[in-house]
Amino acid sequence: MPLLEVDNLEVSFGKHQALRGVSFTLEKGERLGIVGESGAGKSMAAFAVINLISEPGRISGGSVRFDGRDLATLPPEELRKVRGDRIAMIFQDPMMTLNPVLTIGTQMVETLQAHREISFAEARRIAIEKLDLVAVPSAEARFDSYPHELSGGLRQRVVIAISLLCDPEIIIADEPTTALDVTIQAEIMALLIRLCEDTGMGMILITHDLAVVSESCQRLAVMYAGKVIEEGAVNAILQAPQHPYTRGLINALPQMNSRGGLLTQIRGTMPGISELPEGCAFHPRCDFANAACKTAIPELRPLGAQNVACIHAGALKETV
Amino acid sequence: MNAPLVSVKGVEKRFPMPSHFLQLKKPVLHALRGVDMNIQRGEAFCVVGESGCGKTTLGRVIMGLLEPSAGEVHYEGTRIDTLGEGDRRPFRRKMQMIFQNPYASLNPRMNVAKTLAEPLKMLGDGMSAADISAKIDDVMAAVGASKEWLTRLPHEFSGGQRQRISIARALITDPDFIVADEPISALDVSIQAQVLNLLSKARQERNLTYFFITHDLSVVEHFGDRVAVMYLGSVVELSDVAEIFERPKHPYTRLLLSAIPRIGGQAFSAERAPGEIPTAVNPPAGCAFASRCPLAHDRCRVEMPVLRDAGGGAMAACHALD
Amino acid sequence: MTRREFSARFFRDPGAIFAALLLLTLVMLAVLAPFIAPQNPYDPMQIDIMNSELPPYWEPGGEEQFVFGTDAQGRGVLSTVMYGMGISLMIGVGAVMVQAFLGITFGLLAGYYGGWIDSFLMRLADIQLSLSTLMVAIIALAIFQAAFGPGTYESLALYMLILVIGIAEWPQYARTVRANVLVEKKKEYVDAARLTGMPARRIMLRHILPNTMTPLLVISTIQVANAIVSEAALSFLGLGMPVNRPSLGSLIRSGFEFIFSGQWWITTIPAIVLVLLILSINLLGDWLRDTLNPKLYKGH
Repeated sequence: MPLLEVDNLEVSFGKHQALRGVSFTLEKGERLGIVGESGAGKSMAAFAVINLISEPGRISGGSVRFDGRDLATLPPEELRKVRGDRIAMIFQDPMMTLNPVLTIGTQMVETLQAHREISFAEARRIAIEKLDLVAVPSAEARFDSYPHELSGGLRQRVVIAISLLCDPEIIIADEPTTALDVTIQAEIMALLIRLCEDTGMGMILITHDLAVVSESCQRLAVMYAGKVIEEGAVNAILQAPQHPYTRGLINALPQMNSRGGLLTQIRGTMPGISELPEGCAFHPRCDFANAACKTAIPELRPLGAQNVACIHAGALKETV
Repeated sequence: MNAPLVSVKGVEKRFPMPSHFLQLKKPVLHALRGVDMNIQRGEAFCVVGESGCGKTTLGRVIMGLLEPSAGEVHYEGTRIDTLGEGDRRPFRRKMQMIFQNPYASLNPRMNVAKTLAEPLKMLGDGMSAADISAKIDDVMAAVGASKEWLTRLPHEFSGGQRQRISIARALITDPDFIVADEPISALDVSIQAQVLNLLSKARQERNLTYFFITHDLSVVEHFGDRVAVMYLGSVVELSDVAEIFERPKHPYTRLLLSAIPRIGGQAFSAERAPGEIPTAVNPPAGCAFASRCPLAHDRCRVEMPVLRDAGGGAMAACHALD
Repeated sequence: MTRREFSARFFRDPGAIFAALLLLTLVMLAVLAPFIAPQNPYDPMQIDIMNSELPPYWEPGGEEQFVFGTDAQGRGVLSTVMYGMGISLMIGVGAVMVQAFLGITFGLLAGYYGGWIDSFLMRLADIQLSLSTLMVAIIALAIFQAAFGPGTYESLALYMLILVIGIAEWPQYARTVRANVLVEKKKEYVDAARLTGMPARRIMLRHILPNTMTPLLVISTIQVANAIVSEAALSFLGLGMPVNRPSLGSLIRSGFEFIFSGQWWITTIPAIVLVLLILSINLLGDWLRDTLNPKLYKGH
């Protein structure tokens, strides 16, 4: 049985659906990348998994099975024990997690003591151990630093150390490197991969960058307009994408062999949640769309090594 | 070699930082520390580097939005950085800019028609209203925008559409030279491709010269002819794009190349020690990259290397090349 | 926010509708006073001293002709209040126009040019703010009154009040404008305008100023209320409008001495109207601030 099984999760804001069916599974120690453009609902999906949707939004359907329980219906008190403790989260902006007026040490000790009954000395020992683990140089000295005294890369390392305090089974990383420079991104991603491999922790990586997922994850879920439209092993999808949108995303990346010419572009833009077309949400931008695409909303169905939500999937190979 | 279209000679830019009046050593941010480059007519010259390396400042100095603290900027052999507003007008028409943030680069209170008409009204030497309107239709068609957009306000458009309008505004004076400051970094992947293609087409049709500022080497690989890699206010390597990807000379370029994630790549396989870009406020003597460089030796910490021929048509600033 | 969203939010908010209707009623009463007021209190022919100190008509001895009673000179309180409110509004709006002109000019200059211009203007604003509006006004008006005599003063009081209250409160505008200019001038559309070779003055007026209008609209409503209150306070102290052309403040003052002798209406009626006027403006101002402030406005 998978560690985490998200099935057809839906989130609504009033009469609009922000998530229209998100399904994926995560095995123990597995790394899953959720990729989508801004507004596709990938961050929303991450928040919905730990039932952290704020008003007026609400989970309106589906389930999140974790350790035999459904997080979507768990009472708040039980949820609090899961969040931070067994499922940790890190964000794009480290300052969303770090309080600028408290030292890093204070914040780490407080986080630990909120989840466990331990002494300050013990908490401090664990905190410094975690700072060492994320390769913060001179961790003992950094324990008493304020967040603003650190560079962006170090801050993100500290945030990762905080998320590791309770030895979570899953870490949800929402665009953890988007605000960082490319060399710092490589450091942080390599660190996250090593931590997952060393501790057996699973990771859900939310990103807009297919290449980052390709280099760091085993599984991939591609989201479009609030729905997972393709899901499966990273290599399988990147080598043979079955959904026209996934294919378009891969082809749109500038590469060495596109030099001097034009990129294959997807026309138009992704619709917002209040302006979704009938049928498949991608059909107005899709080169393969026909009359059937305008009426039926395709569901994820298995196709080879992956799951695809497109009625043409499988027939695409010949056309391209 | 032909005479360059734009040349930058020894440009420095220093920003004094807020300080206490009793402070003896006033903090000064050295955004540019002696930059030399020649941009040839018709090429797509890319400048790549991480945040704080001075690439945006350089673009703004070239455009005259910032005055250099030292050094010169020439356009077709004329020194332009010291020109007054009146003498600068003919150059303003030939030099245009595309900005990074599509949500800040259009005046939220001005509709598209007014936004596009403005450069012509200021620089068009008394163009008639009909000519202006014809010109607007012309650029709108060139960027793939529909005529209905003209009466709308910026907030009615998506980021990609706004960037098209920005490009139309830059093209409307028929410039020869365009500084594009990270024009696609705020956009989604599928929209990035649309805008990048638009820039490629405009270049072919109008014989444009680009000064393309980016942090993304894969865009350079796709789009650029030559590239300057910047680090902490100076150029560390300047070379043909093909050469730089095949035989990077500077250790920083190598680090940068190894860090780009690619589909099926290996960028995250080796864990690195935390590397920090030193601050540009009162930067240390010597090579700025020395603190992160695997090849650094004593000389690198005292003497700043200068850009010199590194073989294969490339220039690099590194003592290890001696 | 578009105009349609704005009006949609307005019509969904009963508080805003109430405030706007109240304000509209009061303003209409003041503006249309020459046509609808029962008497013209400025016209000595219509005033009969025999009618003085009549109570409101619902009290014993009241006359239907004077709904809210009459004052010591026999003027109908309803009429004087309608005319007086007009004068109060004129001073409030006029003073705000002076404030806005000075404040916007100085704020734009300070924000756009920075450097010593900014330091100079903002220190000037600090000094101005450290002296209370009333203090400045009292000193200025007292000197003026002493220098030119009460006759000249009475004929020029309206303009003097507008000028004095206007000058005393310009820093409110200047600070708001400057703060917004500092934000806006960093935006790339200003750079784009600079690249067309547009002169600084035109960039400020054409590009930056329109984008600072929203917060100005909000403080303008509050400032009108403040100016009316300042004027009322000055008139109450005898430094405002003369008795023969009374504002709400002078009406309250002139009736104040009668309050202990039982003629409560002479001072209470204008006071209630002043409170309603200020309340409606402030309610509307608060609603505008909540609606237009993008930090408070949720959904966009």
